Amino acid sequence: MSLYALQKMIFELNRSPLVQERFKTDLPRLLDEFDLDEEERGAVERHDIGLLYVLGVNGQLLMHLSALIGQPWADYLQAMRDGVAKHGPVRAGVYAMTTALDEKVAGL
Amino acid sequence: MSLVFAGVSSHAPGITGRSHLAPDAAHRDEFYAAYRRMGEAMMATRPDAVIIVAAEHFANFFMNNMPAYAVGMADHYEGPIEDPAWLGIPKTRIPGAAELSKRIITEILQSTDVAYAEEWKFDHGVMVPLSFLTPKFDTPVIPVNINCQGPPLTPLHRAWAFGEALRRACDSVPERIAVVGTGGISHWPATPDSGKINEPWDRDFLDRWSRNDRAALLNYNDVDIYREAGQGGFEIRTFLAVAAAARGQGHVWFYTAAIPIFAVGCTVGVMDVA
Repeated sequence: MSLYALQKMIFELNRSPLVQERFKTDLPRLLDEFDLDEEERGAVERHDIGLLYVLGVNGQLLMHLSALIGQPWADYLQAMRDGVAKHGPVRAGVYAMTTALDEKVAGL
Repeated sequence: MSLVFAGVSSHAPGITGRSHLAPDAAHRDEFYAAYRRMGEAMMATRPDAVIIVAAEHFANFFMNNMPAYAVGMADHYEGPIEDPAWLGIPKTRIPGAAELSKRIITEILQSTDVAYAEEWKFDHGVMVPLSFLTPKFDTPVIPVNINCQGPPLTPLHRAWAFGEALRRACDSVPERIAVVGTGGISHWPATPDSGKINEPWDRDFLDRWSRNDRAALLNYNDVDIYREAGQGGFEIRTFLAVAAAARGQGHVWFYTAAIPIFAVGCTVGVMDVA
């Protein structure tokens, strides 16, 4: 039950240029400050947007992390689909996927 | 009466950030033109301040201490919190009106509990509307947030009551106030469903909103909203608050579900202040 901590980390990352700098240069120690389990920590370290989505990270937090790592919009959408294909449905929260894996409603 | 203008509009970040990806540039520009006309109509009422009732997205408020309602009380704000290149809006400083905020908050508290915030970083929920309504970011803004992100959410009838309290507060100050609600209607933002829009649901909602039909507007529940209008549909709370504040008939100046790359049905509406 550390989804809260995972989202708190992304919340602070999105808000603070200082945390963004640490994200780039000092990620392990930054992550030490949050009570993350192994799966969550690995997902952040690998910039694994798909797994973070499946873990239940709110999309409004996740899309900014996606922007921070320079992911184009189409790649962001595909990363989430790939995450669901690999790990199964979203496990928590209110941002579940309701379209099919091959459905691209916005054309991307 | 010091509420001089009321309106609603979409605020999705794609509206500015993914402008170049809209396949039909003419249709996109029609939406932009309607949005700018709304700004011109608003400024023609000579507002001293614009209250933006938005549903923010974890820019300032998080699940460690989530207010159902919050009102800004600062003399200036900054935004966007997002990467400016991603959002398509440069970072800027936006004037506030702390002393006016304080009087409005004090009056709202007579009937509705709100949090106040002396610092506030604007996200796309405020910045996208301002980029069309006051593109020079030179009109004082008072930000209002209704939590539509982290459940449990305030019930719809409380959003209505908040709108009524907002109106009483506006009527209690001599300044000329404009209020704009931003958000929804149906959408599934920031998910793989992004671009999905329930157009019949939107049009039915806008019909209820235009009639300012309180009973019909409150005749939703979050289970149905989530199923039929997505998690983005929770943001109808901002439209309800504006209807309760304005009390008049609404006029939808623009609506389209045909720009899915913006991830929302694009809406511009104004409401008579009665």
